[in-house]
Amino acid sequence: MSPALIAALPFLGALVPGLLVRSGRGVAACACALFTLTALIGLCLHAPAVLAGEVVAARIDWLPQIGLAASFRLDGLGLLFGILILGIGLLIILYARFYLDPRDPPGRFFTYLMLFQGAMLGIVLSDNVLLLLVMWELTSLSSFLLIGYWRHQPEARQGARMALVVTGMGGLAMIAGLLLLGQVAGSNELSDILLAGEAVRTSPLYVPALVLILVGAFTKSAQFPFHFWLPRAMAAPTPVSAYLHSATMVKAGIFLMARLWPVLSGTPEWFWIVTTAGLATMCVGAVVALFQDDLKGLLAYSTVSHLGLITMLLGFGTQAAAVAAMFHIVAHATFKAALFMATGIVDHAAHTRSIRRLSGLGALMPLTFVIAAVASLSMAGIPPLGGFISKELMLEQAAHTRWLGGPDVLGWIVVAATMFSVAYSLRYVFHVFTGRVETGYPARPHDPGMGLWLAPALLVALTVLIGAAPDASAGWLVAAAASAVTGAAQHPHFSVWHGVTPALAMSGVAVAGGVALLLLWRVADRVRAALPAPDAGRWHEAAVWTATRWSRGIADGLTNGSMSRGLGAIVAVIVAAGIAAWATGAAPAFSRPMLPVTAIALIGWVMLVTATGCMVFYHRSRLLALVLVGIAGLIVSAAFVYLSAPDLALTQISVEVVTVVVLLLALNFLPKVTPVESTAPRRALHGLVAVAAGGAFGALAYVIMRTGPAFPSIADYMVRNSYKLGGGNNVVNVILVDFRGYDTFGEITVLGIAAVAIFALTQTLVGGATGQKLRDLFGDRARAGDRHPLPLVVVTRILLPLVLVVAVYIFLRGHNAPGGGFVAGLLVSIALVMQYMASGFGWAEGRRSIPYHGLIGLGVLAAGITGAGAWLAGRPFLTSAYGYFKLPGLEEFELATAMGFDLGVFLCVVGAVMLMLQSLSRIARRAGETDDTSSNLDPAGGRR
Amino acid sequence: MELLVASAIGILTAAAVYLILRRRSFAVVLGMTMLSYAINLFLFSTGRLVRGAPPVLSDGAPAYTDPLPQALVLTAIVIGFGMTAVVVMMALGAFVEGGDDRIDMPSRDAGGAGE
Repeated sequence: MSPALIAALPFLGALVPGLLVRSGRGVAACACALFTLTALIGLCLHAPAVLAGEVVAARIDWLPQIGLAASFRLDGLGLLFGILILGIGLLIILYARFYLDPRDPPGRFFTYLMLFQGAMLGIVLSDNVLLLLVMWELTSLSSFLLIGYWRHQPEARQGARMALVVTGMGGLAMIAGLLLLGQVAGSNELSDILLAGEAVRTSPLYVPALVLILVGAFTKSAQFPFHFWLPRAMAAPTPVSAYLHSATMVKAGIFLMARLWPVLSGTPEWFWIVTTAGLATMCVGAVVALFQDDLKGLLAYSTVSHLGLITMLLGFGTQAAAVAAMFHIVAHATFKAALFMATGIVDHAAHTRSIRRLSGLGALMPLTFVIAAVASLSMAGIPPLGGFISKELMLEQAAHTRWLGGPDVLGWIVVAATMFSVAYSLRYVFHVFTGRVETGYPARPHDPGMGLWLAPALLVALTVLIGAAPDASAGWLVAAAASAVTGAAQHPHFSVWHGVTPALAMSGVAVAGGVALLLLWRVADRVRAALPAPDAGRWHEAAVWTATRWSRGIADGLTNGSMSRGLGAIVAVIVAAGIAAWATGAAPAFSRPMLPVTAIALIGWVMLVTATGCMVFYHRSRLLALVLVGIAGLIVSAAFVYLSAPDLALTQISVEVVTVVVLLLALNFLPKVTPVESTAPRRALHGLVAVAAGGAFGALAYVIMRTGPAFPSIADYMVRNSYKLGGGNNVVNVILVDFRGYDTFGEITVLGIAAVAIFALTQTLVGGATGQKLRDLFGDRARAGDRHPLPLVVVTRILLPLVLVVAVYIFLRGHNAPGGGFVAGLLVSIALVMQYMASGFGWAEGRRSIPYHGLIGLGVLAAGITGAGAWLAGRPFLTSAYGYFKLPGLEEFELATAMGFDLGVFLCVVGAVMLMLQSLSRIARRAGETDDTSSNLDPAGGRR
Repeated sequence: MELLVASAIGILTAAAVYLILRRRSFAVVLGMTMLSYAINLFLFSTGRLVRGAPPVLSDGAPAYTDPLPQALVLTAIVIGFGMTAVVVMMALGAFVEGGDDRIDMPSRDAGGAGE
């Protein structure tokens, strides 16, 4: 199975729960498990090759020119993480199936979970840093959705938001860092970057890239001082905490550091930043964890601490430390996921996670006790469990590392942190499961069914197995991963017993100290309570709140609610920018002679200027202004005819008619005059802005018309190939339906969406309280005496078939002469609108057999199908074909597939225009218009 | 001729901008209609003005004008209509809901919008 397919499987699985939403939790969980299992099997099939040192790759080029490719690589590190993600994912799906309440929507949960799984798998399998970045952000997003899964809880929403802000910001930094890295290495492919380590480390961009990448990794992996989001993410359902916030997602930062280890590590900067951050995180997390009251809080801070430990090991920069880090990733994932699941079981059974309220649970829940105890002891690093081996490896490395001068400084700090780690691990067991049996539980706790305990039990068995047979159980995987990280074949040998070494002594001190610390817990807790407790999370909240307040202040200051102020400012800025560009740039000399001015052109110009001037002068009288706008539009159409643009003229004139009809219908409900509201100085200022804009725009147009094109136009290509490739003589139409058919396709879709939006707006207007308002406002208005004058009715009905014939003609000839789908559609709309106007809404609506929405859909569909038809011929979307046909009795004629596309345009235009006008008419009816059929030709047909 | 077209574009633009800066929705809608005339003419004029050479292929035609701006403007005209219709509808809705056709936000709503 290709690594690309493996990475895609969880995403495919994410589609399934939504489809199965009615089938319940069990089916959704099974479907997800099936996809996860398939991906896991696919991954394991590659294991022999990967263990032999091969790198399995798959590559799908997307935009090779700028280095964008979906390329995947599966090496030892990817295999280790892939098995963790999918293996633990499988157990989590099982656990979540039984953990979720029947009232929790399972479709949403499993969809998010699979989305996360896919993103995480994408990170560890991707070989392109840009792909990796996309997946990285996807994990942040899916984590946000999962933390906020119980969206009715305020702390869930807050935790989700904080996690998104912190990891999202880190992600932004990392984008910059990885792009810098790609720049330095000369490639965005990880395979190339990994080979360019020497060049990267000596580059002047090394430090900026390193810092930016580490910010991304540290925020994701909750390293100090970005650790505060992780405990708050515990508002997520427990399966999520176990999966994302302990076993997998928070290890993405670790993964990235390990992935780039050969490139970035080995420098003093790397050592100091990474080791120090890891050490600080390890200590802070361990100390805070000991004093948590919430079981999940304890585990969250302990996760922070362990992530710090792994980071520190990677920071050491030695091969042995990298091996230890890989081992601890496996060890930590097994015991920590098990502990989270056990906590979920306790929460389910006792309805509380507060350690102060829990006591003696071991007697009531023996099975859970065993699971939790073994996992805790592994976390404490007690032999012979898996956690012991990795802790020993870590201590061994720490003992040999010089940090801050002294040879033993680091060692002792680590021992102290380990001491706290032992103490909180034991506290989890002894303060919860042993001691006096508490009787005041809301419900009597008991062991759960197998569905809940099976998953943690398997993990606990694994942690025991790792301790008992480290080489056989996990060693091979760790070795493969460490080889991939270090770039040199590693053959480590793991065992519980190493003989008496410094690490063993340190371990002994830590365990003894930890036990003592737990015995003195109450004293220690009082000391802790007396000390100040800084909370970075609260600072973060305060910072976010302040930023929000500032930006709101700026936004409110800029926009005070006055539209004309904002629009005026925009126009002024555009004009100023244009003038600045003009003043600083160089324009070519006027090379085109002017066309002579003819009398007819001058008359048109005078009419346009007069109409426009009058319109500004009389704009308060709205009906008059509308008539004047119509005149301006007509002159513009005439100008198009005069200047060799017959298609534009046809379109403009028909759009003009429909626009005026729309505005008239609207004016029916709006005030008929505009009152004077602005003061004279304000009007003068607006006039000044308007004249400046007009002057600038006119001057720009003049300069463009007088100068030649800056570079050769593509017009020649279109003119030359219009017939050869598009089969049409009307170049404008061929551009619309063929050369730029994609644009037209988008455009008719937009037109359809606009019409549907108008329809939706109408729904809210005519329904409910607003509809009543409409009736109150206009219900008692006087009506014209003869609303459907007989001559108008007769003429429009005679005109209808004529206009339809003309429309068909204009449509058919569109490919070779002015016309086409747009114009024909507008013409048909006008003919239909005339029926509505002359004979009444009821009469016309009663004779309509196709809903206008349907027409829009049909149009888009027809255009789409025509475009897709080109695929059958193996050509790209919207490639047209044409041919000549002869039918008996007719002349030879031409048929082009573009005709089908134009038909789609036609249908969409008719549907959209009619839906808009029909919506306006519906408002009229709601406002009290009735079907007045008294003077209609067939009164019976008017009633509905 | 170029001067006539350029001045027409300028005058249309000036009138449109003045109307758009009014405070009532109907004037703004009219202004936008005028502005789309001006912009369509402007886009069209980027193909330079040519008389008697429509871009329809025929035998013996010596030259054709640039068809590309025409295709752009054609779709712009239709989309402009769609936009006008949506804006008109919104103006109508605002008038019925709010009782007047002012476009400014009432001072009580301005500032502190959102949470």
